[in-house]
Amino acid sequence: MADKVKMPVEGSHIMMFARSLLDDNPIYSDAEYAAKSEAGSVIAPPTFGRAVAQFDPDYHLRPKSGEKWFGSGKNSTGLDGPAPSTGGLHAEQHYEYHRHLKPGDQLTMTSQLGKTWEKESKRAGLLKFTETVFEFHDQDGELVLTMRSVGVKTEKPVEQS
Amino acid sequence: MALSAKALNPGDEHSEVVADNLSRTQLVMYSGASGDYNPLHSDEPYTTEVAGYPSVFAHGMLTMGLTGKMLTNYVGDARLTKFGVRFTNQVWPGDTLTATAVVTEIRQEGDDKLVDLDVKTTNQDGTTVVSGYATAKVDD
Repeated sequence: MADKVKMPVEGSHIMMFARSLLDDNPIYSDAEYAAKSEAGSVIAPPTFGRAVAQFDPDYHLRPKSGEKWFGSGKNSTGLDGPAPSTGGLHAEQHYEYHRHLKPGDQLTMTSQLGKTWEKESKRAGLLKFTETVFEFHDQDGELVLTMRSVGVKTEKPVEQS
Repeated sequence: MALSAKALNPGDEHSEVVADNLSRTQLVMYSGASGDYNPLHSDEPYTTEVAGYPSVFAHGMLTMGLTGKMLTNYVGDARLTKFGVRFTNQVWPGDTLTATAVVTEIRQEGDDKLVDLDVKTTNQDGTTVVSGYATAKVDD
């Protein structure tokens, strides 16, 4: 992820995100219902912040025009060499809500690398962990969401028991 | 429909089935909504032949999102102040997931009454796929 990304929060994106969780709570799609609720407006589901990936022009897990993609096409990978993301998995994710996101918010996300550490595992070999801290400020400069993510690179695919 | 502190006790539990026979199509829906198009979640030839897994598997964030659905159903909308998880096992197409919150503490912080929760999601075999915590504002 880039270290600074502008993220407009939009109602249709929130609706699609909630649908992908098969969450039919009207607070995510029905503006009339939401206006009369305690929340006061449509809000985003609690894990929506991670969808900031949509707004990162360089996000590495989205195919881009004119670039080879590491997923399958004619062959099982579109690259000649080993795929860059093999072995990358998500280990932890943490959210702190200062207020809940709503349509119309114009967010600026800034991220910073945090700690890194290693651990030996029976099921996947040497594990290399990297923490990233993301802060989301709104159009008034207020901190609205803090997100912390830990990724892990495994030495080999995780063994299935 | 927020929770009331008076009616809560440590050990109270709320559970929901948040995925029933999880479909590959739902993984594709989550890719499209979240922007995470990692082929590990939608591309069987890549995932089995190149990455070395038995099939595509769910985004950790999909499992966390499904767990969050249980939480917002329990504590109400716009009530969460914290939510965090560790991803402990992969989630596969066909899995049925049950998410559970257990009350650990009811406390006062400034003007707010808060409930702390232990959070866990398990698959049909009883294996934990995410474990974590959440905190939410509750009414008096």
